[in-house]
Amino acid sequence: MTLTSASKAPPRTRGDGPPFLMALPALLLFALFALVPMAIVVYLSFTRWDGLGAPSWTGFDNWRTALTSDVTRHALWLTVKLMVVSWVVQTPLSLLLGVFVAGKQRYRALLAVFYFVPLLISTAAIAVIFKNLLDPNFGLGAVLDLPLLNQNWLGDPELAFYAVVFVISWQFLPFHTLLYQAGARQIPASLYEAAAIDGAGRLKQFWHITLPQLRYTIVTSSTLMTVGSLTYFDLVFVLTGGGPGYATRILPLDMYITGFQSNEMGLASAISVVLVLAGLVLSLALVRFSGFSRMRSQQAGM
Amino acid sequence: MATRIPTRIMVTAGAAALVLTVSACGSSGRTSGGGSGDGTLAWALTQGSEATFRASATEWNKAHPDTKINYQYFQNDPYKQKLRTAVGAGNGPVLFENWGGGALADYVEAGKVADLTPDLDKNPEWKNRIFPSVLKSATVDGKVYGVPVNGVQPVVIYYNKELFQKAGAEPPKTWDDLLALVKKFKAEGIAPLSMGGASKWPDLMWLEYLVDRVGGPETFANIAAGKKGAWSDPAVLEAAEMIKQLVDAGGFAKGFTSVSADTGQAEAQLYTGKAAMILQGSWAYGTMATGSPKFVSAGKLGWTGFPAVEGGKGDASNIVGNTANFFSVSAQASAKEKKTAVSYLKDGVYNDTYIDNLLKNGDVPPVKDLDAKLKASANADWTTYVYNLTRDAKNFQLSWDQALSPALGNELLTRLDQLFLGEISPQEFAAAMDTAAAK
Repeated sequence: MTLTSASKAPPRTRGDGPPFLMALPALLLFALFALVPMAIVVYLSFTRWDGLGAPSWTGFDNWRTALTSDVTRHALWLTVKLMVVSWVVQTPLSLLLGVFVAGKQRYRALLAVFYFVPLLISTAAIAVIFKNLLDPNFGLGAVLDLPLLNQNWLGDPELAFYAVVFVISWQFLPFHTLLYQAGARQIPASLYEAAAIDGAGRLKQFWHITLPQLRYTIVTSSTLMTVGSLTYFDLVFVLTGGGPGYATRILPLDMYITGFQSNEMGLASAISVVLVLAGLVLSLALVRFSGFSRMRSQQAGM
Repeated sequence: MATRIPTRIMVTAGAAALVLTVSACGSSGRTSGGGSGDGTLAWALTQGSEATFRASATEWNKAHPDTKINYQYFQNDPYKQKLRTAVGAGNGPVLFENWGGGALADYVEAGKVADLTPDLDKNPEWKNRIFPSVLKSATVDGKVYGVPVNGVQPVVIYYNKELFQKAGAEPPKTWDDLLALVKKFKAEGIAPLSMGGASKWPDLMWLEYLVDRVGGPETFANIAAGKKGAWSDPAVLEAAEMIKQLVDAGGFAKGFTSVSADTGQAEAQLYTGKAAMILQGSWAYGTMATGSPKFVSAGKLGWTGFPAVEGGKGDASNIVGNTANFFSVSAQASAKEKKTAVSYLKDGVYNDTYIDNLLKNGDVPPVKDLDAKLKASANADWTTYVYNLTRDAKNFQLSWDQALSPALGNELLTRLDQLFLGEISPQEFAAAMDTAAAK
C-alpha cells in the first residue's frame, strides 16, 4: 500500500494471474446472497416492519433509536469489551500452547490431540454442557463442594460476562493453537542452531526468533479473533440469552432479540447495518496497520 | 493497487453480511396450495398435544372424507418465526395453533385472522361449553379470533410435603405466611423457593400474581390498554417493592438467576429436598412426575394457590398463567376451507374422545361439566384441582409476556430480571416500563 513497499515488491504485469472471468461465478453468487440481501436490510432499516403486513417508511426513526438507545449503546460497548478481553486472554495462551505442541516430542503430540477436542464439539453442545457444569445447585462446584468453583457464574451480572469469555476461549483456543503450531513448525531449525551457538538461552530464542517469526500468524489469528467476536452469537445465545439483565447482550444478540423476538425488523436492520460497518472498518484497520498487505517471506537470504 | 481495496471490502462485507442476512432471510414459508396433500391445512406444535391432534385428525378424516383436515407439526421456537413469515407472505395455513394475546392481536391488526364471533354466536352450545375466562385471551376488541384446543396451564405453588412436615409448617395462605416460611426454612438451611430465574419468565409469575392481589385485574387491564403511566400505578410499585422484599429476605435459592427453567433443575431442587417451594405453571407437575416418579406417586408433592395479600383489591381465587393454546382461522382461506375449519373446530375439537386423549396426557381442557371424566382419569386429584381452580377463578390472566406486544413483553422480562438482580429499584423499573410502553 505504501510507496516503499510498492517499490520493493516484485513488479506485476497486467496479464499476471488468472483471468477475471474465473472470478465471475463466485462474484455472482456473492452478489446474489450477500449484496442483494444487504441492500434489502439497508432499505428495511428505514422502515417499520413487524414481519407481517407491508413495511412502512419511517425515515431515520430507527437510526435515531438505535444510536441513542441505552440498550444498543451498552451492547456496542459489551461487544468491544468482549473483543478486547477475548483477544487478551486467547492470544498469549494459544501462542504458548501452539509453540509448545509444535515440538516433536511424543507426549506433546498426545496433548495436542486433547487440546483439539473442543473444536470438534458443536457450539450449541458446548453451551449446554457449560450451562450444566456452571449450575449453582447441580454443577461442578456444587458436586465437588469447591467453594471457589461454586459461584453464581451465569446469574451474576459481573461474573456472567467473564464466564462467557472463558467458554468462548475454551472453544476457540484449539483453533488458534493450531495456527500457531503450524506457524512455529515453519520456522527453520537453522535459526535456533545459530542462536544456540551464539549462546542464546531458551527464553531469548523464544523472544528473538519464535515471536518475530510468528508475526504474521499473530496478525492472522488476531484478525480472525476480533472479527469473529464482533459477530459472535450462538454460544452466548444458548448460554445466557443475553442475561442476566443486559449483562451479556452483545450487539449481534441485541439485533436478534430486537428482530426475531420483539419483531421490530426495521430497528434490527439498523443495528445489523451498524454491525456490518463496524466489521468492515475493523478488518480494514487491522489489515492496514498490521502490514498484512505487505506480507512477504521472512526467509530472504536463508 | 486500487483494484485491491474494493475486493477486500467486498470480502469482509461478504463475511459479515452472510452471517447477518442468512439469519434475516431464513425460514421461507411452505406454500399451502400444491404439494401439501389434500384437505384443509392445519399447523400445530410437536410437543404437548400432538398425540391428541393426530388421533383427532384420523377420526375426523374417516368420518368426513370430503372435508379432510391435514395437520403439519412444528417445533415450538422455530414455529413462531415460520408462522410469521408464512402468514406475512400470504402462504399461511388455514388453521394455525397460537397462544392468543398480543401476538395474535398483531395478526388481527394485519388483517390475517378471520373473526369467529358470528360462527360462535350461531352455535351457542359450542360457545357456552368453553370457559369464558379462557376465550378472553383470544378476544380482540370484543371479537373472538381463536378457540382453545388443549389444556389450561395455571400457575400454582408446589411444595415439598416432607420438608413442610419436618419443619412443622403449613402451606402459605397469605403473603405474611410466605415471608414467615422464608425465615423458617432459611434457618433450617433449606432454600425457601427455587426458581429458574435465568429464563426470566418465571420472574414474571411473581409480578403478575402480586399486581393482581394488590391492585386487582384492572391494574393490568390499564397496562394492556396502553394507558399513559399505567406502569407507575401504586399497585405495580407495591408489587415490585414486595418482590424486592422477598429477594432481599433470601427467599430464592442461592444462584437462582443462573438456573434455567428449561432444564428442569428448579423443579429438581424441590424434589431433591434442596428447596421447599416453587411457583410454576401446571406443566411443572409433568416435569416432576418424569424427573422423580417416586416423589410424586408417594404423595410428597403438595400444591396450593398463590397466597392472598391482606388489604389488596384482588380476589384470592384469581389466577395467572397460560390460558390455553388456540386455533385461529386464516382470513385468506377460501369460503370452503373456512367452512371446513369451523366445522372441525366445532365438532372435531373437544369432543368425547378428544377430551379423553387430552386427559390421558395430563391436559385439563377448559370445558364445562367435566367432573365425572376427571374423577376417572389418572392423577385425578391433580387434574381435579387444576380444573376447579380454573373454573372457580374470578379472573384468569394470560401471562403478560403473551398478552402484551412481543416488543414490550421482551423489555418487561429483561427489566424485571434487573429488578430481581437488584440492579434497578422498583421506581426505576416502573419508569423504564412506562418509557418502553410509550414507544
